[in-house]
Amino acid sequence: MTRRILYPSILLVLFVLFWELMVWQFQVPHYILPAPSRIIRTLTVQQSLLLHHTFVTLEEIIVGFLLAFVVGVGLAFLMFQFPVLEKTFYPIVIGSQTIPVFAIAPLLVLWFGYGLSSKVVMAALIVFFPIVVNTLDGLKGADPDEVNLLRILKANRWQILWKVRVPSALPFIFSGCKIGISVSTIGAIIGEWVGSKEGLGYLMLHANAQLQISLIFASLIYLTILGVGLFYLVVLMERRAMPWKRFSEIR
Amino acid sequence: MGKKGASFPGNNKLSLREIKKSFSKDGSSLAVLLDISLSVRQGEFISILGPSGCGKSTLFNVVVGLVQRDGGIISIDNREVENGLGDVAYMQQKDLLFPWRTLLQNVLLGPEISGGVHEEARSEALELMTRVGLRGFEGNYPAELSMGMRQRAALVRTLLFHKDILLLDEPFGALDAMTRSVMQHILLGLWMDYRKTILLVTHDVEEALLLSDRIYVLTARPAAVKGEVSVDITRPRKVTDLSFVDLKGVLLDMLQGEIERVFA
Ligand SMILES: Nc1ncnc2c1ncn2[C@@H]1O[C@H](COP(=O)(O)OP(=O)(O)OP(=O)(O)O)[C@@H](O)[C@H]1O
Ligand SMILES: [Mg+2]
Repeated sequence: MTRRILYPSILLVLFVLFWELMVWQFQVPHYILPAPSRIIRTLTVQQSLLLHHTFVTLEEIIVGFLLAFVVGVGLAFLMFQFPVLEKTFYPIVIGSQTIPVFAIAPLLVLWFGYGLSSKVVMAALIVFFPIVVNTLDGLKGADPDEVNLLRILKANRWQILWKVRVPSALPFIFSGCKIGISVSTIGAIIGEWVGSKEGLGYLMLHANAQLQISLIFASLIYLTILGVGLFYLVVLMERRAMPWKRFSEIR
Repeated sequence: MGKKGASFPGNNKLSLREIKKSFSKDGSSLAVLLDISLSVRQGEFISILGPSGCGKSTLFNVVVGLVQRDGGIISIDNREVENGLGDVAYMQQKDLLFPWRTLLQNVLLGPEISGGVHEEARSEALELMTRVGLRGFEGNYPAELSMGMRQRAALVRTLLFHKDILLLDEPFGALDAMTRSVMQHILLGLWMDYRKTILLVTHDVEEALLLSDRIYVLTARPAAVKGEVSVDITRPRKVTDLSFVDLKGVLLDMLQGEIERVFA
């Protein structure tokens, strides 16, 4: 455990030191590549600015993710219960993935405006797919013998759904959520690039235009922390929701 | 001893008459149950012995109603029924404990499905768990337990289905010899106290002889009843008893012919 943190940390520190040295050695101008020390200064000086834009992006991601989760899990359940719906929606869901979100981002901004909604929709569109597909796979993947056990007890279809299918699907749903939360930042940032007045994506564009390259790096650091933090939040919820997994992993 | 066909005296808990089943696979049809007739009295312990793949599990699946039969009659308490769904408890070789439930939650599955877990069911569950040596593990997940413990929990769950008839499909097949012998002991004790009617599928001639009142021997696939053996030895039985050794020879002879047919 300590090594898992120690080794990458050492590498990172060495890399940053090397970077600092190279910038000083070759006198690289800060508007091309700022030294780490300069980035750290920006992080402290511009902290409140960075925090403000981080919270904007965070809000977009969380609302977008929740929207995708509710719609995605809901649609997966409906598709599972009603095969007609699966036949209707599944090909469309798959087909929609061939359209890059980048391509429709300008349209979304046109329709939903420069504010929160267009970024929420963008993030939701990206998150939606892994959640639907994983949830549906999970519901279908329940052990038929376990389902039969309930049938022998004359359980009704709701009992079979809640007592076997949903718990069997949980690991899949969480896999979908982990993939979803990892890609959700992409949606939000692209949305902000295409048209916005706030958010880390906006801040990066703005800094770029002003040649404040250290602010871009600072934004990237906040974005990384945001992404990693959200991912671990999902992992934490996964552990809370499935306490039995701890033991299966030991086996 | 060893007589062919089953008799149908008046009072049977469960009787099967001329049960037939074939599966269609890629257009061709695979006959699995040719003609199975057998009867079990209330409180009787019956074993079913048959070569591997002859259709023993299929027979249980038909009785429970998980598989549609092609023909034949199933009667429970002398009344013809569609199938045994809701009237029999079924335990498979896999323990099928739900990994997301603690042991106590697992064994209480039956009461939970049929209208809620009451204090009565809980205390009965705890009592049974104590009896099979699972006390103190109520809150553990199946993944934390040994195969033997899981199988005991599955047995308790099956008892708590509160059915008169138990179908046990090679419940101890995956266990080592020592654990298996402990489980046989526990099962025998529970059967005597709860007066259940038990049908046990097994590969193991000694297991059948140790436990059952009567043994049905099935032919190789497609399965029919090859013969029926009454085990009139007082319990507890010992594998070294003379009559035990005699019957074992008889059963092995009956099975031998069928096993040769499988590999012919
Ligand atoms: N649902 C099914 N569809 C098609 N074939 C099946 C099905 N279930 C069982 N069979 C076939 O029926 C035959 C008997 O299977 P079954 O599992 O009943 O045998 P068994 O006597 O229980 O074997 P074992 O001793 O290995 O448990 C096998 O050849 C199997 O492939
Ligand atoms: Mg079998």
